[in-house]
Amino acid sequence: MNDNKKQLRIALRNCGFINPEIIDDYISRDGYMALGKCLTEHTPEETIKEIKDSGLRGRGGGGFPTGLKWEITRKSESDQKYVVCNADEGDPGAFMDRSILEGDPHSVIEAMAICGYCIGADKGLVYIRAEYPLAIERLQIALSQAREYGLLGENIFRSGFNFDIEIRFGAGAFVCGEETALIHSMEGLRGEPTFKPPFPSVSGYLGKPTNVNNVETFANIPAILNKGAAWFSSIGTEKSKGTKVFALAGKINNVGLIEVPMGTTLREVIYEIGGGIRDGKKFKSVQTGGPSGGCLTTDFLDTPIDYDNLIDAGSMMGSGGMIVMDEDDCMVAIAKFYLEFTLEESCGKCSPCRIGNKRLHEILDKITSGRGEFQDIERLQLLSQVIKDTSLCGLGQTSPNPVLSTIANFEDEYLAHVNEGKCPAGQCKALLKYEIIEDLCTGCTLCFRNCPVGAISGERRQPHYIDQSLCIKCGVCYEKCKFNAITLS
Amino acid sequence: MDSIQSLIKDLADQHGRNRESLLPVIQGLVKREKYLSEYSMVEIAREMDIPAAEVFGTATFYSFLETKPAGKYIIRVCKTITCSMKGKNQLLFAIQDMLKINVGETTPDKRFTLLETNCLGWCHKAPAILINDEVYTEVTPEKIREILTGYMKENI
Repeated sequence: MNDNKKQLRIALRNCGFINPEIIDDYISRDGYMALGKCLTEHTPEETIKEIKDSGLRGRGGGGFPTGLKWEITRKSESDQKYVVCNADEGDPGAFMDRSILEGDPHSVIEAMAICGYCIGADKGLVYIRAEYPLAIERLQIALSQAREYGLLGENIFRSGFNFDIEIRFGAGAFVCGEETALIHSMEGLRGEPTFKPPFPSVSGYLGKPTNVNNVETFANIPAILNKGAAWFSSIGTEKSKGTKVFALAGKINNVGLIEVPMGTTLREVIYEIGGGIRDGKKFKSVQTGGPSGGCLTTDFLDTPIDYDNLIDAGSMMGSGGMIVMDEDDCMVAIAKFYLEFTLEESCGKCSPCRIGNKRLHEILDKITSGRGEFQDIERLQLLSQVIKDTSLCGLGQTSPNPVLSTIANFEDEYLAHVNEGKCPAGQCKALLKYEIIEDLCTGCTLCFRNCPVGAISGERRQPHYIDQSLCIKCGVCYEKCKFNAITLS
Repeated sequence: MDSIQSLIKDLADQHGRNRESLLPVIQGLVKREKYLSEYSMVEIAREMDIPAAEVFGTATFYSFLETKPAGKYIIRVCKTITCSMKGKNQLLFAIQDMLKINVGETTPDKRFTLLETNCLGWCHKAPAILINDEVYTEVTPEKIREILTGYMKENI
């Protein structure tokens, strides 16, 4: 995407500027300088303090302070500890982790080694999803080059510090992005989450203290250590420091990755960087945070984006996917779409998520197919709250968010579906009505002859008529009519 | 020792026989055999000394570990929101029409398996598909016909 003065690249600083398959390219842009400095000049405590002072929070969605996590893992006593990089990016609409691993894999390797030094681990694991073959290939190349240069392996920078990284492959399970599920998957078990505490920082992979961070979080680390915590914490808002990478997709002119300081408004992101809505249509909503997030309306366009503001607005940062919707998108259908995703990706371990989401989906399906009742909206809200309150892991606790946020912000659309049997956006097929405009109909009989169910009647040269009880809404008449005499409402 | 048994033995020698080696071994087998048969699962259980039920439980949890016979090329069409907005259905129709199979089926010549998958992370270049380890983006019905023809011509 075009550079724009609103943007500031920290995590993506090298993406597109270096050849990710050549380690010297990375080194020439201060690569591995932070690792060298840490190992030879700073103690782990000093480095952790620097990360803590920078205010960096986890970029995978949770927003937990990174420095604090490192400190907790450092303080957990054990003979063996692990550094894990969570590259199981699965949120629909998010692809920054893939881009970082494909465009700048060494920044993640360097940060993992720094983390290993800080917490006292000599082993790193990258859990990467099988859907990203190119990222896997680039990471493998980067790892072997780093070993060749002695930046991984034994006695790195002659400091006596040993560290190596192994890749573990996911196998197509969204829930494995949840850290406990990810750890179980690496242990060779079903990728089901377990209750926290104990947190992985205390008891993680194989029962040992494990520090799990997201790809984007790691990519920030070398930059912070090179430029200093004060520089990093001068960017962003009071509680959310630095920048965030967002993946713009949907009905927007400029799609792709952007990186902006925390606190940038949605309006700046959508209109100034994103170039506005495609085809001059009207902005309706932006979905942030994937299936765990919510849909924000025009009311939130001037809200500065950071972790806390998004939660207050009923959505969440998530991993940073932003799907922009215009007036043609039906918000009930969108909520149903996300539920379908959750339904498929729920691991099935706890009932609120396994059964509750299924029931939510059934109610949404009922509404979009025109059989909804007024009480259904209340049922959705009640059930959503129960799922949120009683699910075991983050997936279940956040899965009703798309439903709740669309009800909160677009209640009129739900009401139109259940009360009037109409879909204002014209997306819910079952609610569409094909009608013939008498004044325009010439009685050519073309629609009559093409209707597969015989729902159209009328005399030649007389206006025709569609019997709604027979119509299957296939749209053939609409396509065939040469006089634009058929409308869709 | 048959070929599956020796493949499993090699994989176990390479990755180890601990529980945490189970997924790498299964993945290695799926890479070679394309899918995990009941026989393979029992043999993995025997080789690694893990209950067969647990091998089954783990394997069936993950959508990328096929437990049904699959073709040489597995086509996974992204069905997530942006790809759906940008014409994933037309793409699916084009593939179904060309290969004469539905989602979840394999062609009789065991060449192609058609599946749908969740987000492939190419939302800015939707719609996206994955054929084995190869990603194709901004695929149109015309483009997919060309791509598939290319695969059909390979090693006839």
